[in-house]
Amino acid sequence: MTNATPPPLRARSAERTGNAPASFGGIDKSATRRSTAAPDFTVIQRSEEFTRLRRRVRWFVFPMTILFLAWYIGYVLLAAYAHDFMAEPVVGKVNVGLLLGVLQFVTTVVITTIYVRFANRRIDPYADEIRQNVEDTEQ
Amino acid sequence: MNLAQMDQSTPLPDSSPMVNVAVFAGLIVVTLAVVYFVNSRSTSSDYFAAGSAFSGPQNGVALAGDFLSAASFLGIAGAIAVHGYDGFLYSIGFLVAWLVNLLLIAERLRNTGRFTMGDVLSFRMRRRPVRAASAVSTLMITCFYMIAQMAGAGGLVALLLDVRSEWGQALVIAVVGLVMVLYVLIGGMKGTTWVQIIKGALLLLSVTMITLFLLGKFGFSFSALLEQAAANNPLGSDIFAPGAKYGEDAVSKLDFVSLSLALVLGVAGLPHVLMRFYTVPSSREARRSVVWAIWLMSLFYLCTLVIGYGAAALVGSEKIANAPSGENSAAPLLAYEVGGTFLLGAVSAVAFATILAVVAGLTLTASASFAHDLYANVFKSNDAGPEAEVRVARRTAMVLGAVSVLGGILVSGQNIAFLVGLAFAFAASANLSTLVYTMFWRRFNTTGTLWGMYSGLGSCLLLVLFSPVVSGEPDSMIPGVDFALFPLNNPGIVAIPLSFVCGFIGTFLERSPEDDDRQAEMEVRSLTGVGAHSG
Repeated sequence: MTNATPPPLRARSAERTGNAPASFGGIDKSATRRSTAAPDFTVIQRSEEFTRLRRRVRWFVFPMTILFLAWYIGYVLLAAYAHDFMAEPVVGKVNVGLLLGVLQFVTTVVITTIYVRFANRRIDPYADEIRQNVEDTEQ
Repeated sequence: MNLAQMDQSTPLPDSSPMVNVAVFAGLIVVTLAVVYFVNSRSTSSDYFAAGSAFSGPQNGVALAGDFLSAASFLGIAGAIAVHGYDGFLYSIGFLVAWLVNLLLIAERLRNTGRFTMGDVLSFRMRRRPVRAASAVSTLMITCFYMIAQMAGAGGLVALLLDVRSEWGQALVIAVVGLVMVLYVLIGGMKGTTWVQIIKGALLLLSVTMITLFLLGKFGFSFSALLEQAAANNPLGSDIFAPGAKYGEDAVSKLDFVSLSLALVLGVAGLPHVLMRFYTVPSSREARRSVVWAIWLMSLFYLCTLVIGYGAAALVGSEKIANAPSGENSAAPLLAYEVGGTFLLGAVSAVAFATILAVVAGLTLTASASFAHDLYANVFKSNDAGPEAEVRVARRTAMVLGAVSVLGGILVSGQNIAFLVGLAFAFAASANLSTLVYTMFWRRFNTTGTLWGMYSGLGSCLLLVLFSPVVSGEPDSMIPGVDFALFPLNNPGIVAIPLSFVCGFIGTFLERSPEDDDRQAEMEVRSLTGVGAHSG
């Protein structure tokens, strides 16, 4: 920043908030609101409420991602390298491979349901609280 | 195209081409009317993100409609009918992949971005290089995907409309291109989303109907259906176990693992899927839309399993393999077998709508990325107004329409599923690593972003160029010569880990971390929705 004349305040704040909202200046309601009193995100980021929320989200989504990826990759490896095991019949013409395949469907919808319940109870209320606080101090 | 094979009498009855033409024409008229009446052209937010006014369930159906392309519907059913279990493996990868979106990407993307993937990737990085990189990646992936869909359109009409000459097929591809550009120009994101919803609903209804009819024919015994399928497939009971297509040797097994990785990690990097998350008002609605999409797709893929084996049982695998568009004709042939001309008409309409809708969604995504990332933020350094952005996007859509028509005509006859699998490998290696890093890793910076994206894109391109896809095999693009140094058809198993490693190394090559304030803003915004765009 070696400009001889410093840009007007408004322009500088648009520059700082960067590419997202300010580029649509005139038409965007939030752009005018934010240029007056942008919340201090660094303070929020360091606050206890926020670090707790972040920890909670990460403690759920990372292990769950590892879990379903491991189960999927394990299944793929079985399908690629253990043909005989997968061809083992279980009921009539239905074999281990078909059952494991359908089980992938079941785990997918089960994980989806668990995540939604978790997010509704353990994430959304806390995220709402933080957002509400920010919006209150802004006004 | 093998002419001798195509001269065989069509496996469908004489009257059906006329019925199908009427159904197609009706569908185009109805959807264009819908697009015209819901159109929203006033602001850039309306044009690119439908004013973020769709509900979660609506967007869920649209996501399913956008994602279940012709490759999913016709390709998987056909692959199951002919190769058995190995076709089913595709659908599992396509479905499980949505968990990546649900758990890691969708909500945070909705909270941070506005129109494109580049919004999120460049949020806390140096804007111009990162925007340029994400536009390059978006354009490459969507063009691959689009050309694959257009190529599929040619083969499909050969069967459904009985159009056999190359000129006739080229004409149909051109009509598809024209209609989809009209959707995008007239309707923007809102119109395109409604087309996806109509198409998604039609698709789910017709597969459920076929499945019920089918199971009814076998007294609702899946086992009886399987027995009949084995009897009508030259592979016999081998179609119930993996290995019929990918089991010959160590290389083809590894190729299968590579493809599976690309499928499961690619969905969360597909730009046209990511862009759908901006059409809902909040991250919570984005979550709901993924949940709807997952349930609908589970139903859909279970139905394709029954339809695939059912097609083997009732139509017979050899008749399917010898039909004008090969494996892709399994579902239409089966529909005629169980439901006569009526069901065949419905399935044809769905298949046709599928291609139109998916291609329209891709065109909108690619043109938005060009206008919003490249034109407004790189060429004009943020000086372009929203009207100019929409104008540029419209012109880009027309150019892309022309490009995809030409590309579709050129690659007509190539394997659709392969091209789509390739697009997934590109998406997984160029976009997923950078998206995950930028959302969850504080130290990540511009150099890391660029290294991750370009290493993924570049290694994919190189590996495909030196793979059996391009040379060395009888069915390669250039069959005469052999410079296939890389043995696998799908580059995923190398390119995806490489992009994660390069993104990591690149990050540590730049000494200073990026703007801490922006990182704080991004993290708070992505998790809480503070300041997220709501319309």
